Amino acid sequence: MRTENASSQPTKSRLERTLLEGHFALTLEISPPVGPNRAAVERQIDLLRDYADAFNVTDNQSARVHTSSLAVSIMLKQAGLDPILQVTCRDRNRLGIQSDLLGASIHGISNVLALSGDAPIWGDHPQTQGVFEIDSINLVRVLRMMRDDQVFENGNEIPKIAPEFFIGAAANPFAPPHDFRPLRLAKKVAAGAQFIQTQLIFNVPRFREYMKQVVAMGLHEKTAILAGIGPVRSLRAALFMKDEIAGMDIPNEIVERLKGLDKEEAAAEGVNICLEIAEEVRQIEGVKGFNVMAVSWSSILPELATRMGLHPRPDVMDSPIAGLAPENDDS
Amino acid sequence: MQKLNTFDAHTEALRFGDKKQGALWRRFRFFLQDHPAPLVWIWKSTEAILGRMCRPFERLGVKRASRWVKPFEEFVKKPIFDCRMCGQCILHSTGMTCPMTCPKQLRNGPCGGVRMDGSCEVKRTEPCIWVQAIERSARTSYHHDLGKLNPPVDWQLSGAASWVTVAVGRTDVTTGSGNGPHHAEEVIDV
Repeated sequence: MRTENASSQPTKSRLERTLLEGHFALTLEISPPVGPNRAAVERQIDLLRDYADAFNVTDNQSARVHTSSLAVSIMLKQAGLDPILQVTCRDRNRLGIQSDLLGASIHGISNVLALSGDAPIWGDHPQTQGVFEIDSINLVRVLRMMRDDQVFENGNEIPKIAPEFFIGAAANPFAPPHDFRPLRLAKKVAAGAQFIQTQLIFNVPRFREYMKQVVAMGLHEKTAILAGIGPVRSLRAALFMKDEIAGMDIPNEIVERLKGLDKEEAAAEGVNICLEIAEEVRQIEGVKGFNVMAVSWSSILPELATRMGLHPRPDVMDSPIAGLAPENDDS
Repeated sequence: MQKLNTFDAHTEALRFGDKKQGALWRRFRFFLQDHPAPLVWIWKSTEAILGRMCRPFERLGVKRASRWVKPFEEFVKKPIFDCRMCGQCILHSTGMTCPMTCPKQLRNGPCGGVRMDGSCEVKRTEPCIWVQAIERSARTSYHHDLGKLNPPVDWQLSGAASWVTVAVGRTDVTTGSGNGPHHAEEVIDV
């Protein structure tokens, strides 16, 4: 699908090309290690390499300090993977964010996911000050300004080369106020979001309701919505997510299904629940792909991708895109 | 925009449930904000007056005029709205609820961290600012403004009196910085 917000040329993003060619997209998550552990990143790259079109690289996940998202994205790029650079507005002001975005562009990283970010108070540095100088919608707007108008947020021109971005944003259909959520998505799309990754889906009826509104507003044609899918590993994890993690909606049926199982049974049941949800969500109109997340359980991701029938991934980088002129190599 | 529900029991509990410091005043100011018609009328009158103050303020200069106006503005807005004096007020377009009181200072709607009971991700015992703002906005004539994309805060104006910045037209609703967009632009129909 070609979205309204696209730049005139498709970027070097494999994710963008996959969506353009009409394939059902799959993205996975790679969390940068807490320590400067290069081997840990390489292990994840080797494990997940063939299983997704693009890989989310989280930016100080849960407001806990991790290796820089940009640095790990560069590692992925050099290993031939397509990273999605997550950028939060929590840690940097307009200067810092834009300079990181230019840095990403210099390394050919084009997928950027704009996020507001979790507040530091629940992270490992509660004593720090959250920046939140611009919000995620304005970050999307800044990305579009930089790419399409070749200007910075202050309106000054970017000299010589405009960065290439495939612009993403997040959506949470489950958090109140529910009536406003599709409107907020509409604002993000109007600001320039080309793909959307949703919060993890456990409450399928609520998501269906949300997508009905989104489709009625025609947003699914302007942006590619990737549904957030993920397994819960244990009853404790489910309860933790339900009670402690803000913006997560886990229905009681799921908690009930995990009760009274031992460790391995619970993990297997968690995977089953996840696959059932994936099957249901895939049927919903407007869903263009999955973003599969398994917090500290990345070893399960290849199995999940295979059992969802999304492996192997289509090779889109060499084929010309229908309706678009072939790229100039000398540019 | 479809009619939104009134606050549910959970949100009500968050708003008034615990014994909070200054509970009486809180009840009073929430009552004012929940029934925003008089506040909207006051704002419209203020706006009309400010429209005539452009030249006197310009003659004085924004800084000097601000020094005179700020104490009055703060006196009126701080107790009722918990105003943060950002100098680029958009109160009327956010249901008479100050978006700068959101811990993330979001000016374009609620973040994804609103808990299922409508409480704030950061302050668990407080209701989300935006849950209230959207609810209240539906009761004003400015609810279409929720469809506007508000540019980020211009910190150069922080601490200035927004009555002055509005009067001299440095802000329409809100401002960005430098040569970027200065005004909130309508991006969707609400």
